[in-house]
Amino acid sequence: MDLHPTPHDKRTDGPLDPDRRTLLKCSAWAGAGVLWALSGGIPRAFALDQNGQTSDPAALAANFHFVQISDSHIGFNKEANPEPVKTLQVAIDKVIALPKRPALILHTGDITHLSKAEEFDTAAQLLKALPATVHYVPGEHDTLDEGGGQLYLQRYGKGTKGNGWYSFDDHGVHFIALVNVFNFQAGHEANLGAEQIAWLADDLRAVTTSTPIVVFTHIPLWTIYQPWGWGTEDGDQAIALLRKYGSVTVLNGHIHQVIQKVEGNITFHTARGTAYPQPAPGAAPSPGPMTVAADQLRNYLGITDVRATQGDHPLALIDSTLI
Amino acid sequence: MKRLLHGLALICLTVSIPVWAQDVKIDIKEFMFGPKDLTVALGTKVTWVNDDQIPHTVAETHKLFRSGALDTNDSFSYEFTTAGTYEYFCALHPQMIGKIIVTP
Repeated sequence: MDLHPTPHDKRTDGPLDPDRRTLLKCSAWAGAGVLWALSGGIPRAFALDQNGQTSDPAALAANFHFVQISDSHIGFNKEANPEPVKTLQVAIDKVIALPKRPALILHTGDITHLSKAEEFDTAAQLLKALPATVHYVPGEHDTLDEGGGQLYLQRYGKGTKGNGWYSFDDHGVHFIALVNVFNFQAGHEANLGAEQIAWLADDLRAVTTSTPIVVFTHIPLWTIYQPWGWGTEDGDQAIALLRKYGSVTVLNGHIHQVIQKVEGNITFHTARGTAYPQPAPGAAPSPGPMTVAADQLRNYLGITDVRATQGDHPLALIDSTLI
Repeated sequence: MKRLLHGLALICLTVSIPVWAQDVKIDIKEFMFGPKDLTVALGTKVTWVNDDQIPHTVAETHKLFRSGALDTNDSFSYEFTTAGTYEYFCALHPQMIGKIIVTP
C-alpha cells in the first residue's frame, strides 16, 4: 500500500481508489460541535457527546480550544430536516454547556439555505447566544441573493478582503479564512482565484514556520470527490504555500460529514453540519440531502465513530458517540 | 368533400407550426439536467424545473441567460430566438452541465 502518495496521486481520493481510501476512516454525523483543542501546538479534534461534554482527558487538559460549527442551512424545510433551527439550537446549547468556554468559534459556511435576509436574521438571533466571538466564511448557499453574496458580505464582510477572506491571530495561532464559493466555472471544481492566493502568500510572509496555522473555508480545499464537485481546483496552490509550516489544520464544511486526512504536517478535516446529513462520496446518485426516518434523525446523526490514524503522528483523533 | 379535406389540411398546417416550436421542459433532478443535451427548433421556449431539495441555477456559459436560485419546484424559462449551440451549467454545482442545440 502506498502511504506516501505523490502530488499527482493527491487528487484521486475516492471510492474507486481503495489504497487511498484505507487512509480515511470516516463516518457521517451531525448535530453538535467538534471541540478543537491545542495540545503542544497540534490541534486535535474531540467530538462532543449529547451533553456537550468530551470524555477525553487530553481535551480537558488543553489550555486553549475553539469550536467549529457548520452548514446550519437556516431556511431548509424539506423532509431531511424540517426544522434546522432546532438542530442548530441543540448545537449551540452544547457549546454553551462546555466545561471550558471556547476562545472562539468558527462557522464554516452555509449559514442560510437560500441567502434570504430573514434567514440571515434568524441565524444571527440564534448564533448570538454562543459564548465566544464567531468567525465566518460563506458557503455557496450564502451567495444566492440577487447581489450574489452581498447580503452575506454586508453582514460579515466588514474588514475582509475580496469576497470575504481574512486572517487573525488568537492564542498564538494564525487563523486564515479562505473563500471558495464565488465565480464557479462550468465543469470545474470550486476555486479560490489568483487574487486570493496572492493575498495568502502575502499574508503568510509575516508568519513564522513554527506558528500553528488553522485554515478554514467552506468547500474542501482538497478534492474529496470530483464527480460531486467536492474539492477546490486551485486548492493545491494554497496548500503548497502552507507546506513549510510545522502545524497546519484545514477545516471546512459543505459535505455534512466528517472526512479527514493527513498529509505531512497538514491535517484536513471536514465537519458535519447542523442541518441534515449527506451521503458518503459516491454512495448515492447525487449529493442531495439524505433523509432518514424523522424519529431517527438525531440518533442517526449521533451515531459517530471517526478516527484518523496515519503512521505515528499524534494527529487529530476523533472518537465519539453522540448518543 | 374535396373542400373539407382542403380545410382539414389547412388546419393541420396551422396546428403544425407551433408544434415545431413547442415549449419543452428540462427536469433538474439528482443534480443533473434531464435531458442533458437537447435539440430544439428556433423559437422554442425551454423551461427548467428544479425537482431537487437543494437549490440550483441555470447559467449559460457566456452569460446569455442566468436564472436566480431555483428552490424546489421553482422554474426558469428562456426562449431561443437564435440558432446555435448553448452550453449552460448550475452556478452552484458546476459539475452540472447541459447543452441546448437550436436548429434554424
